Amino acid sequence: MSSHPNAPSHAPAHESASHAHHGHSHGHEAAHGTFRSYMIGFALSVILTAIPFWLVMGGVFDSKLLTAFFVMGLGVVQIVVHMVYFLHMNPRSEGGWTMMALIFTLVLVGITLAGSLWVMHHLNTNMMPMSPEMMKNMP
Amino acid sequence: MFGNTTLTQFLFGRLTFEAIPYHEPILVVTFIAVALGGLALLALITKYRLWGYLWREWFTSVDHKKIGIMYVVLALVMLLRGFADAIMMRLQQAIAFGGNEGYLNPHHYDQIFTAHGVIMIFFMAMPFVTGLMNFVVPLQIGARDVSFPFLNNFSFWMTTAGAIIIMMSLFVGEFARTGWLAYPPLSGADYSPGVGVDYYIWGLQVAGVGTTLSGINLIATIVKMRAPGMTFMKMPVFTWTSLCTNVLIVATFPILTATLALLSLDRYAGTNFFTNDLGGNPMMYVNLIWIWGHPEVYILVLPAFGIFSEVVATFCGKRLFGYASMVYATCVIMILSYIVWLHHFFTMGSGASVNAFFGITTMIISIPTGAKMFNWLFTMYRGRIRYEVPMYWTVGFMVTFVIGGMTGVMLAIPPADFVLHNSLFLIAHFHNVIIGGVVFGLMAGIVYWWPKAFGYKLDPFWGKVSFWFWLIGFYVAFMPLYVLGLMGVTRRVSQFEDPSLQIWFVIAAFGAVLIACGIGSFIIQLVVSFLKRDQLRETTGDPWDGRTLEWSTSSPPPDYNFAFTPVVHDHDSWYDMKSRGYERPMTGFKPIHMPKNTGTGVILAGISVVFAFAMIWYIWWLALVSFIALIATAIGHTFNYDRDFHIPAETVTATEDARSRLLAERT
Repeated sequence: MSSHPNAPSHAPAHESASHAHHGHSHGHEAAHGTFRSYMIGFALSVILTAIPFWLVMGGVFDSKLLTAFFVMGLGVVQIVVHMVYFLHMNPRSEGGWTMMALIFTLVLVGITLAGSLWVMHHLNTNMMPMSPEMMKNMP
Repeated sequence: MFGNTTLTQFLFGRLTFEAIPYHEPILVVTFIAVALGGLALLALITKYRLWGYLWREWFTSVDHKKIGIMYVVLALVMLLRGFADAIMMRLQQAIAFGGNEGYLNPHHYDQIFTAHGVIMIFFMAMPFVTGLMNFVVPLQIGARDVSFPFLNNFSFWMTTAGAIIIMMSLFVGEFARTGWLAYPPLSGADYSPGVGVDYYIWGLQVAGVGTTLSGINLIATIVKMRAPGMTFMKMPVFTWTSLCTNVLIVATFPILTATLALLSLDRYAGTNFFTNDLGGNPMMYVNLIWIWGHPEVYILVLPAFGIFSEVVATFCGKRLFGYASMVYATCVIMILSYIVWLHHFFTMGSGASVNAFFGITTMIISIPTGAKMFNWLFTMYRGRIRYEVPMYWTVGFMVTFVIGGMTGVMLAIPPADFVLHNSLFLIAHFHNVIIGGVVFGLMAGIVYWWPKAFGYKLDPFWGKVSFWFWLIGFYVAFMPLYVLGLMGVTRRVSQFEDPSLQIWFVIAAFGAVLIACGIGSFIIQLVVSFLKRDQLRETTGDPWDGRTLEWSTSSPPPDYNFAFTPVVHDHDSWYDMKSRGYERPMTGFKPIHMPKNTGTGVILAGISVVFAFAMIWYIWWLALVSFIALIATAIGHTFNYDRDFHIPAETVTATEDARSRLLAERT
């Protein structure tokens, strides 16, 4: 797993087995960032964090909904920044496995969010608060 | 009381002597029995000077085989606790009729059904499944250990820590009285002000760390450490189902963690995520917890499907029928299990479109499951079936699980569910699939892989006794619940009015006694087999004429599993190797690089128990101290560079030569 020389025990069998085969190591190690890339990532994260604070605290938009959408959108951008600059993800790392895991995760998060919104929306519209009077008239 | 209440409150939080349930005779007797048993066990360990051995060889071990065995031991201990709860409930419901309050007051009874569910799912089934995967998967893929051996040890101890936290609630304070998923608002601070729900939350959170990490570990192992030549479509089916199960674990357990974290914020910090007022919505909790909860049942049953696949192929002497379809069915189940969760709360009040969608997806998921059933049947068709004990469990499973599956499809129909929701019909259904599917599978797995783990077979007579008690006991205990459910009896009720129902509960209680005999026979089987281990000894490493790689090494396998990494050409690779006249290599052994044991996992888990205990009882200073200790220990461990060693080539040669002599003696 690890290519770090100080932590050999992470892949005990892998290492000794690699004499016999090279089939699974392929050399697709995750890229390690440079000082520059970390700094770019850091700066972007700070900016992307500052903007939502400014939007909310400065009351930039009149519409709360618009603010919320902006904050959520910037959150998504923030996630991408973290993945690229801190987690060093790109379509080739680990022989494509990171990308596949990411797509799988996105599908599941999509299912969870969309499903929850749909379900809770239904609940909200179908289960309006009822007065005792209304309850009495229920079939 | 002590004159200085602020100081005692600071020191002990809300923990007082009143928290010790000395006024509950049942608990006092239990405590005395547990204390005496525990003391006897500790005395025996001390007398035979086993502490050093246990610490060096087991507790600190990073060997996946030993960790797997420890998981199964934990699961069996918790099975006994969970089953004790079950039989108490059955007894209570069998006698509490027509004004008779039974022997359990509602306060106690509610804790028991909650504890039963929590323990059976989180601390019996989960460790059992994880234990078998831990033991078998690296052997099946020709690896020497898992990807992250220390993490594996740490995961085990975190799971155990969770179990310890839950067990502590028996004698210090109380357990949740909310049902096993702790729905708010009942589990919120207003309606459950005591420590019960906090025990529940922290027990699951601590164990959840272990489960998630072990999931990550096994995925990495399967993806990265397969023997050369073992492409994905040549992996044994059990490894496939393990992979899908661990993907499910990694994808869903964070949802459980987040949901429980929100609930604890409601309870500790006064937020309103799931309260009734101030914008909170309890149904959001139900929604979220089932997004975890439904995949969870597939987490449990997929490995069982894998076990049955291995058992059927081995004992029918045939390649598994439709290997590819089995793999695809498993993957389809993995995906579909994410889009069925609402069937647990059809009655919540969603509209027809939501209920129809989830009803249909639920029915669709039964298709790949049904396909698997036919794969097993067609494997048996014209096979040379050997009816050994694992095969008994498999056939018992196939009959029982189909019944459970069909009642599941009934429950998937939303209008029918409006009648059956939260009735005993539901209880009968999920016990039907969990006992008939998961438990039978785990029992088959234990009997099947026992010789690999310990070098001797389990006694078949007591195995069959256990099987028949379990099978018949299951039907006697749960078929009455189907009837009662159709009559409209709801779950979690401690007293009944209608005397005509009583006979069904008495029958069910009798069934529970039969299951108790099944568990007893299983324990007898272990003891008898241990005593007769010289007669039951198997020296070949391949007692069942197996087909997958774990049977190519000795029983029990050496620390390094394989002296040389096997090369795979076909699935059922060991069968393939045998039929091509495989010769064991006798010379040329090299030193083997292995991970070193470490006690950090035990220490971290121990501190976690202290931290959880402090949080449960509001002992803030202790919580702070233990939390800092936790972080410090974890960071300190990263500076431990003394993590690996080499098994010298001479040792490997000696081990392998000893095996060669053993094999030569046989022939």
